[in-house]
Amino acid sequence: MPAGIVAWGTYLPYWRLDRKAIGLTLGSPAGRGTRTVASYDQDTTTLGVEAARRALAGLGGADGRLTPQSLLFSTPDPAYADKTNATTIHAALGLPQATSAYDFNGSARSAWGALHAAGVLGAAQPSLAVIADLRTGLAGGAEERESGDGAAAFLMAGDGAAAEIIGHASSSAEFLDRWRVPGDTDSRQWEERFGEGVYVPLAEAAFTDAVKAAGIPVDAIDHLVVSGLHARAVKAVKLALGGDGAKLAPDLTLLIGNLGAAQFGVALADVLERAEPGQIIAVVSLADGADAAILRTTDALTTAQAAQRAAAAPTVSEQVAEGRTDLPYATFLTWRGQLRREPPRRPDPDRPGAPAMHRSDAWKYGFSASRCLVCGFRHLPPTRVCVECKSIDQMEPERIADIQGTVATFTIDRLAFSLSPPVIGVIVDFDGGGRFRCEATDADPAKVQIGMRVAMTFRRVYTADGVHNYFWKARPITADVNTTEVHTTEGSN
Amino acid sequence: MASRGIRDRVAIVGMGCTPFAEHWDKGTDDLLTDAAKEATASAGIPLSDIDAFWLGTMASGLSGITLSGPLKLDYKPVTRVENFCATGSEAFRNACYAVASGAYDVAMAIGVEKLKDSGYSGLTGTRPVTDGTDPQLTAPASFSFLAPAYANKYGVDTDEMKDVLTRIAWKNHRNGAVNPRAQFRKEVSLETIKNSPLVAGQLGVFDCSGVSDGSAAAIICRVEDAHRYTDNPLYVKALSFVAGPAAGPIDPSYDYTSFVEVVRSAEDAYAQAGIVDPRAELAMAEVHDCFTPTELVLMEDLGFAERGTAWKEVLAGTFDRDGELPVNPDGGLKSFGHPIGASGLRMLFECWLQLRGQAPPERQIATVTEGGRKLGLTHNLGGAPGECVSFVSVVGSEPSA
Repeated sequence: MPAGIVAWGTYLPYWRLDRKAIGLTLGSPAGRGTRTVASYDQDTTTLGVEAARRALAGLGGADGRLTPQSLLFSTPDPAYADKTNATTIHAALGLPQATSAYDFNGSARSAWGALHAAGVLGAAQPSLAVIADLRTGLAGGAEERESGDGAAAFLMAGDGAAAEIIGHASSSAEFLDRWRVPGDTDSRQWEERFGEGVYVPLAEAAFTDAVKAAGIPVDAIDHLVVSGLHARAVKAVKLALGGDGAKLAPDLTLLIGNLGAAQFGVALADVLERAEPGQIIAVVSLADGADAAILRTTDALTTAQAAQRAAAAPTVSEQVAEGRTDLPYATFLTWRGQLRREPPRRPDPDRPGAPAMHRSDAWKYGFSASRCLVCGFRHLPPTRVCVECKSIDQMEPERIADIQGTVATFTIDRLAFSLSPPVIGVIVDFDGGGRFRCEATDADPAKVQIGMRVAMTFRRVYTADGVHNYFWKARPITADVNTTEVHTTEGSN
Repeated sequence: MASRGIRDRVAIVGMGCTPFAEHWDKGTDDLLTDAAKEATASAGIPLSDIDAFWLGTMASGLSGITLSGPLKLDYKPVTRVENFCATGSEAFRNACYAVASGAYDVAMAIGVEKLKDSGYSGLTGTRPVTDGTDPQLTAPASFSFLAPAYANKYGVDTDEMKDVLTRIAWKNHRNGAVNPRAQFRKEVSLETIKNSPLVAGQLGVFDCSGVSDGSAAAIICRVEDAHRYTDNPLYVKALSFVAGPAAGPIDPSYDYTSFVEVVRSAEDAYAQAGIVDPRAELAMAEVHDCFTPTELVLMEDLGFAERGTAWKEVLAGTFDRDGELPVNPDGGLKSFGHPIGASGLRMLFECWLQLRGQAPPERQIATVTEGGRKLGLTHNLGGAPGECVSFVSVVGSEPSA
């Protein structure tokens, strides 16, 4: 019996690309709705960090009992090969050294494998699965238009599950439906009717086996999630399994796009956020075969939902409703490397040094300050000598990543190197003390002001000589969003 | 423990200053040679009579060989110093101390920077290997934090603040327009300055100092020897240098309307020189106008205006060349650009000309010719608001009573 889901978190980026913008630029119809777009300073690792922070945000009262002992990260678009990305997430979460961290990189199917493995490991000790995807495609293509970026994280443990896994089944098959050569930004797909024909019976088989393993009647299912990058096959499976469609989880792809590997995770989180205790959830994922899980929510679901609200971790539906939809298509193309733009006449940024990064990992990744034990002054970055009372080596570390702050002053830097100029510089005074000067992101330069409330977010500041320079930036808490006018379509599409 | 200073123990007996410009036809070696040649000619001594050298450059060369090589020095001590934008002033300060100590009879302080060869906009430089967490903000962005903070604190509205900053740039360009050594020798209209493209925050292109190449040099000896070289030496009254704890960016009590380092170095310098009321006693000041809000804040930090009033004084013309206290009568960094290692010595060069009555009539300052004032101040700061180094010197045309 694997563990159940104790806590979850999702992350949908601030930016949306209006599909009409593609059509207007390229002169061809691109449909309606929006897709999520990771900002220029995000990659799958940083998306994963944000989702994982939200999954762990509500566990303050658990006294460390739920500290993950394993972290499994899965993405089809890893920031690094030959270097573990899960260790970056591990460091950004400030997890103990004894917590293991592994990548499950590859196809969307690996994401299910990571969650399943976390469930198996979770029966013995809390394990965190983090799933992220960032999908680009070629300009004007279906993948660019229909896909999206996002992440989901699930904390799995044997006790206190908000949703127990009561049945699980897989069906595997070797066939060529979607593929991509490493290094390419776009995947290719075989003629889709072929894939549909293969997927539907595989999904039905996995579903049937999972229901049988759970020992429940099919009509006991309250919520059904079917996801996968093969939209036609997903639609067919929904029709085959969903009956009248009333149990089908909302299809969010019109507003956020198909999140690829993260799709089933975000959809499941969305269901958990609206489900009630004692309900049955079936999740079916189509990815080079099919996987299915049957979950039963418990009384702990209410507690988990409340903890999520208390930690101010936004729900999927809240995130879907927010977001900036005025991203110019040219900016999207620039961020994704599809449009090479003239850089400012400034030197390229320096590659950060491995020893220096390692020495300061608690700061650089964990955003941990030092607080003076003598006078209480909080230092960002951590220092050994107190700026206030000059005591030497009388410091204790203190994680600031989840503490909010207020903008003391700011500037708009039009000269600094950035993939998305201008750079917004802010001086942040943190609640409870401490000041830091950093970049602001996911903000409108015209709306930044003194007194603006900010939270910290983990970003890829730049990449130099193939080294990703990760660090924290400030983002406005009350996003200056223009809520999208397109509405969710319920049921199948 | 005290900062005692070396008032009237050493004097400048010769100076040189190249034009500050885009010297596409001159390298670092040429600029150093030009400045050294002019300085030695000014003092009337051969290079071989100089006992020791202090070379200031931030990034145009490493080690004393950067100077000893091109000047073919005969196995003399050459110390290369770097201290951000105060680099040239640091070379001068240390040369003065060496002479005051009695270790050498005659020393040269020389500064140089060849910025235009980089091919980039603004300042560049090599930095130590870091963990990548330093803010990526440029210098204009770092200094642009001053303007909204000052305006907010003293109730100056945004448009008025822009007018104040604009007038500082206008004044310095106006001064530079009549100075043949300046990089920019044209007056610039208030409209042009005010409407220039934004670089950072409220700062437009014309709120930023230029980028140029240049070199300047001073020859220093003990006061008792000074009249062997010149009838009118420039006496060193005060030398102060402060490196701050870089607390501003991490201390919420710092409000970005002052440079504590400047306040401290000015207090020290005034104590050394015996100055009580700088605005009344100084004939002129050459200050570090890297960006227009810097000059605004410096007027208060250096004690030229009460807190919260410098913006009114700027608009009233108090610091114009014909004002109560001329500030940057040579045109400042605004007109000269800022070849880092040379700037501090270029400021001294203006004191050298003005206080000794050698500035051409069209730009002579009345505080000297009519007011009879004898003292000049130079100031540099390097770094950014809240985390900088600051240098203040006071020089004078007569020994103190």
